[in-house]
Amino acid sequence: MEKVGAVMVIGAGIGGSQASLDLADSGYKVYLIESSTSIGGVMAQLDKTFPTNDCAMCIVSPKLVETGRHQNIDLSINCKILDVSGEAGNFNIKVLKKTLYINPEKCTGCGVCGQECPVEAIDIFNEGLAKYAATSVKYPQAVPLVYAINKDYCIGCGICQGVCKAKAVEYDREDEEVDINVGAIILAPGFDEYIPPEANLYGYGKYKNVVTSIEFERILSASGPYAGRVLRPSDGDIPEKLAFLQCIGSRDYTGNGQPYCSSVCCMYTAKEAVIAHEHMHQIKPTIFSMDVRAYGKDFDKYIIRAQEEYGVQYIRSRISSIKEVPETKDLRIKYETEDGKVMEEDFNMVVLAVGLNPPNDNVFLAEKFGIELNEFGFAKTDKFNPVQTSRSGIYACGAFSSPKDIPDTVTQASAAAGCVNQLLYEKRGTLITEKTLPPEIYVNGQPPRIGVFICHCGINIGGYVDVPDVTKYATTLPNVVMADRNLYTCSADTQTIIKDKVKEFHLNRVIVASCTPRTHEPLFQETIREAGLNRYLFQMANIRDQCSWVHMNEPEKATEKAKDLVRMAVNKAREIEPIERIKLPVTPKALVVGGGISGMVAALNFASQEFETFLVEKQEELGGFARHIYHTLEGGDVQEFLTDLIKKVQSNKFIHAYTDAEIENIDGYIGNFKSSVIHGKKKERTEFEHGVVIVATGAKEYHPKEYLYGNNGNVILQSEFEEMLNNDKATNKKSVVMIQCVGSRNDEHPYCSKMCCAEAIKNALLAKEKNPDLEITVLFRDIRTYGFKEKYYREAREKGVIFLQYDEDNPPEVIPEDSRLRIEVSTPRKEKIYINSDLLVLSAGIYANREENEDLAKMLKVPLNDDNFFLEAHVKLRPVDFATEGVFVAGLAHCPKTIEDSIAQANAAVSRACTILSKDEIEAEGKTAMVIPERCTGCGMCVENCAYSAIELIDDRRFGRVAQINQALCKGCGACSGNCRCAAIDVLGFSGEQIFAMITGRC
Amino acid sequence: MRMEENRVSFEPKLLGFLCNWCSYAGADLAGVSRIQYPPNMRVIRVMCSGRVDPEFVIQALELGIDGVYVMGCHIGDCHYLDGNYEAIRKFDMTKKFLSFVGLDNRIRLDWVSASEGVRFGEVVSKFVEDIKALGPSPLSGDTPDQELLEKVKAIREAVSSNRMRALVGRQRKITEEENVYGEKVPEEEFDVLMDQAIKEEYDRHRILLALEKDSKSVKDLGIELNLDPSIVLEHTLTLKSRSQVDFQKIIGNTPIFMRI
Repeated sequence: MEKVGAVMVIGAGIGGSQASLDLADSGYKVYLIESSTSIGGVMAQLDKTFPTNDCAMCIVSPKLVETGRHQNIDLSINCKILDVSGEAGNFNIKVLKKTLYINPEKCTGCGVCGQECPVEAIDIFNEGLAKYAATSVKYPQAVPLVYAINKDYCIGCGICQGVCKAKAVEYDREDEEVDINVGAIILAPGFDEYIPPEANLYGYGKYKNVVTSIEFERILSASGPYAGRVLRPSDGDIPEKLAFLQCIGSRDYTGNGQPYCSSVCCMYTAKEAVIAHEHMHQIKPTIFSMDVRAYGKDFDKYIIRAQEEYGVQYIRSRISSIKEVPETKDLRIKYETEDGKVMEEDFNMVVLAVGLNPPNDNVFLAEKFGIELNEFGFAKTDKFNPVQTSRSGIYACGAFSSPKDIPDTVTQASAAAGCVNQLLYEKRGTLITEKTLPPEIYVNGQPPRIGVFICHCGINIGGYVDVPDVTKYATTLPNVVMADRNLYTCSADTQTIIKDKVKEFHLNRVIVASCTPRTHEPLFQETIREAGLNRYLFQMANIRDQCSWVHMNEPEKATEKAKDLVRMAVNKAREIEPIERIKLPVTPKALVVGGGISGMVAALNFASQEFETFLVEKQEELGGFARHIYHTLEGGDVQEFLTDLIKKVQSNKFIHAYTDAEIENIDGYIGNFKSSVIHGKKKERTEFEHGVVIVATGAKEYHPKEYLYGNNGNVILQSEFEEMLNNDKATNKKSVVMIQCVGSRNDEHPYCSKMCCAEAIKNALLAKEKNPDLEITVLFRDIRTYGFKEKYYREAREKGVIFLQYDEDNPPEVIPEDSRLRIEVSTPRKEKIYINSDLLVLSAGIYANREENEDLAKMLKVPLNDDNFFLEAHVKLRPVDFATEGVFVAGLAHCPKTIEDSIAQANAAVSRACTILSKDEIEAEGKTAMVIPERCTGCGMCVENCAYSAIELIDDRRFGRVAQINQALCKGCGACSGNCRCAAIDVLGFSGEQIFAMITGRC
Repeated sequence: MRMEENRVSFEPKLLGFLCNWCSYAGADLAGVSRIQYPPNMRVIRVMCSGRVDPEFVIQALELGIDGVYVMGCHIGDCHYLDGNYEAIRKFDMTKKFLSFVGLDNRIRLDWVSASEGVRFGEVVSKFVEDIKALGPSPLSGDTPDQELLEKVKAIREAVSSNRMRALVGRQRKITEEENVYGEKVPEEEFDVLMDQAIKEEYDRHRILLALEKDSKSVKDLGIELNLDPSIVLEHTLTLKSRSQVDFQKIIGNTPIFMRI
């Protein structure tokens, strides 16, 4: 069957949106199918995100708006999958588009229907903590901003149809079935949170002040039901004593919950505790937990800050039940302290850190798409490729395959897109549409002829602002040649009117006074572009969101303000000029630095898409860190995988692999890099050009100075123990002790190395398999077997491996005794335990290659974090990108992680890179900074102030040493301009002149 | 009494500079949530609070705006990585300059996120209330205070001077990372330097403005600007070395300076 250059993405949370954007930007048509009525998923519900406390809505909404507006993303909401047939490369899917009873083409999202709706229903987005109307959007910033009638609640009164001036309400609108033909499918349906059953020991559902963590997330949110004030539901008091209970429905073998670890709860709980205290300083949070699993990048630092700066108290105790104190509605918790005392304490409110379940429709999805689920009901994925489902051409990303946090979800989303690229690259560009636009009318030097379109927005503006008066006023302003008013300026028919007026009045500047440019500017810009005007000859005045809606009780003043805003826009419009977006050619080749698993996977993915790839490895052999790993905890054969990978890399004609090689220099920018490499025994020098760079330089194992390592032959590392076990050299041992966190989570290296717990358990299980009588004791601080790895932790305990927690302030001591070792352990209860052992195995941490990373970072102008790992552009939403465009990161160079995660990241980096390499040329943002060389003194201050390394000093023939902006890299923030000593930098679209004109317009 | 009445009925004219990604979105959310707040502020959208040139703020005050509000993303949330840190530095300097003329409480810097619609309404209401309590700007209306206007003009020129922009622009690099010698200058030390520069540049630009109208002696300048003549002399000589003023003539024993 012939392959199809289109992809279907199921689920439009952050994962589905990211995968769609990557693919649509790489030349594929994307059908994004969402079951609810708006996109954004769980992330849109969150208040803040760990470990940076970023506002979730601030960072996610631009991405959602982009998804909703993308030319090549066909977004359908309120959908159900009916049938799937076909095979990898060519699938047919029948989709049911359930009716919204509102015509999405006509709905402008103004919201009058919701306000007039007499039925109050439960607000699901706010987790039942507030009411909403039966005619509604899910949340105020929803994408697409289309209202829907919820038939479950609607009483059919007909009021909404009457009040809808856009005539969008259609009660007779029916469900629609569509057939969609695609080459690949990405499943990103997310998860459903665990909800404690009706008869639960925590009193959830019975006691008002017991809430789940996701409900608490809405309580914390500034746009939530309590407007960001932390109040308890029983009486609206501030819960000064706030308790969090971990592992609710996770690591639970009683059958009430799930046996696995939900991976994210330890961190989101710490975040919720911190934010609660930040919102209301009187709140003192207490967290009851088993192990604190802060295994991700910079997570441990966050936990330490929570304790030290926000006074969050951690108690290591699993709570089995809660009792309500009837008079106060407080909650009584019984727990055991670390020194063994049993305590009883009352708390004002309790938050249950509920785990992540597979989505409720997992079985339905598995059947429809013909994929297998694993033992826990999540999508079963390949041992080495965590986005490959059991069916070829169908990929899974995000929490559908295992519980995971946002960065891992985003990484996997891009990784799935990366795999789709591999499958469908020949069909890239076959199904996307590109608009043909008329040539731009030349307006330079002409006096401004401004047209102003003022929107009634039904009654949203017109009901409060005197629109006819504002329109009349607009015509009196200098250079305004026409002003018109429309019921809905954004409606399709008005776009035609605008185009006609541009022609009729020879307009060369257009102003729309309506809602916010954040959502609507691109639409109007497109309209005037279709009319032949440069898209930057446009201005907006926000007279709805920031005027009529916020001054409803003062219509006269609101009208006054609307006039001012229009005048300011006119003032600016007089100063604006067309802006040309520059286009840069792209060299369709890649440089991959590092020949470990990540680097090789990335290189092979590029090569399979026929992109020429340069792979540079400093060692004589390819393979990197994985050369010393035999198996993964889950049983994957690493050596077999690695050998196969090396063979494929070496035989691929698109890959030039340089070993024993060093990067000498990297020059250039996105799409246009030029590098040189010194390689081989003879130190040959090779130069090449490429469009992107992937940094996959890996990391190294720590060589401990502690615990007699290097001085006593019976003290070895986990990697050495693994080698012994696989070569049957440990059979004569009777007793083995392992020490965890050697060189991790200390003052020098404050992070968790993530893999050591799994390594220790893997080796312990293998040792037990080889010799069931072997005594194994694991000395640990927290066992961090997140996700499904928890299963193996339990298995190890069942097989008799002893896990003993040691006091982190008093680490174990090792005393050699004849041919054996005596190990003294202090427990957190301050007890001393002595163990005699034949062998001590140290779980050594993973360290960054500091010097190498520093050198490379300088060449690429990208940052490192405090621990010398590479620092990505944004820890949540851009986990494989750098702020410097065209440069990406994968694998251990980013932070300690598993092989599967490294592979996902490598494929993700390729996908991100494909958004560049798939194009012949890239268009830079038009609104960039611009240097006026006559004024520039070449002081270089702007070079340092630029967060994107977009400015450099050049020697100009006429002006000498001056700054030059690389428009390919400039994001137009304007930090350079505001700082320039000589006023030699201005920002196109936000120039000093233009802003002064607006300031003057205010007076 | 008239003043009191004036305050009660007075509707301040306010201007806001909001960053596109957080504060402007927060203002939009206030609208979507129908949060009501007083209609005194007009918003100018900028991509980043780091774009807000101190000159914009001073210009607004000079034109009689009663208060200027700069808003950006919360620290750590900046869409452009660290533009809001830039905004803090610029704003702090602007505020120090304005403290010389008692207008510093008419400008405010705040962080509003895209989900803080309610808070946006609250902080704007509070600003309106606070500015109402202050009364109209002495620079507003048909008869602005001319003497003050001169001083604010001097501030506008001072904030745009090479020296101030260089100090503000380099401040973060020098105090948070390292200077060209690989040293880190303590924040307090830099503050002393900054305060001194602010005071000096303010006086120097007042001198320049005073000389713009006609040539004057050091003593006359001292009286006109209410400054110690020895300080005026120092500044005048610095301005001469910058080729901004020069000797015009000598009357008796007194040299007269002129603006170049």
